[in-house]
Amino acid sequence: MTIQQKIFALVIGAGLFMIILEMVRRRRLAEEYSFLWLGTGFGIVVLVVWYDLLEWLTYLIGARTATTTLFIIGFVFVILINLHYSVKITRLAAQVKDLAQKIAIYEKEDS
Amino acid sequence: MSNELKNHFVIIMPAYNEAGRIASTIAGIRKFSGADIIVVNDGSTDDTVAEAKEAGADVINLPFNLGYGAALQTGFKYALKKKYEFAVQMDADGQHDPSSILPLIKPVINDEIDIVIGSRFLDKGNYKAPLVRRMGMYFFGFITSILTGRKITDPTSGFQALNKKVMEFYASKAYPFDYPDADVLIMLHRKGFRFKEVPVIMHNAAKPSMHGGIIKPLYYIFKMLLSIFMTLLRKE
Repeated sequence: MTIQQKIFALVIGAGLFMIILEMVRRRRLAEEYSFLWLGTGFGIVVLVVWYDLLEWLTYLIGARTATTTLFIIGFVFVILINLHYSVKITRLAAQVKDLAQKIAIYEKEDS
Repeated sequence: MSNELKNHFVIIMPAYNEAGRIASTIAGIRKFSGADIIVVNDGSTDDTVAEAKEAGADVINLPFNLGYGAALQTGFKYALKKKYEFAVQMDADGQHDPSSILPLIKPVINDEIDIVIGSRFLDKGNYKAPLVRRMGMYFFGFITSILTGRKITDPTSGFQALNKKVMEFYASKAYPFDYPDADVLIMLHRKGFRFKEVPVIMHNAAKPSMHGGIIKPLYYIFKMLLSIFMTLLRKE
């Protein structure tokens, strides 16, 4: 991994981490939804700093270069975040349906 | 129909943009049954509500469109709250012939069975579906027949009569939002409910089917197969 690649990955990882923290601080993002994002930023920083771990992971997954491993790990995190949202949306959709049904039934009883 | 029968039996009809059809459907029902009629307006943007009220139905207004299954379920929840013992579900577009209401509900009221499903294919009716739709019905009928161990000819039928036990099950979170069809029949079988098909008269729908186009039928097939598979995997 060249020094430019390391700096780039560090900036992305640390930048993401800080942006997420700031969004949580301003209550634009709930703590509940920030964990996976923080994990993504933190994971990238750790892997760049702890280069031996990155090389070991690269060997483990059979990738050719360390940058590929970083990319794959980041991508897996994004997939997990999306999955997490799908689960939440499923629950929210059921809750919205129950609420709408309750409102409709109460309105009918009131009329 | 006797007054005694009328009092604990309700007709539940989900409706989405059925103006121009719903009044004649309700008038048609009135010729055969004095039962209460509950129309669940699923976020219609036309005059469905006014027409249904004018025709004498009770109307529950959903604040926005939730889908056929969820609208139907609203009716069951309301019926349970109002302590109805039996219900008939039917479509608002006039597809389901009201002369079939009595043959549907009678075995349920007599406690011979928990739920009766009206089949348009048991007798030679005048119902004609497009070839692709007919093939889909046959395919899911075949799967449902194998999985329930009894012959199911019309797995997509929304013309049903049921008792309170089934209403309670339909009001649970197991009931699908969108298309409660073959998967629900398999759930009923696995839950140990007594059910059977009886022949009913169905007419061709006056408006295009919700399964029209290309994407929707493909989504329906995928969703239904997945739902059936998941039903089989679940223990409860």
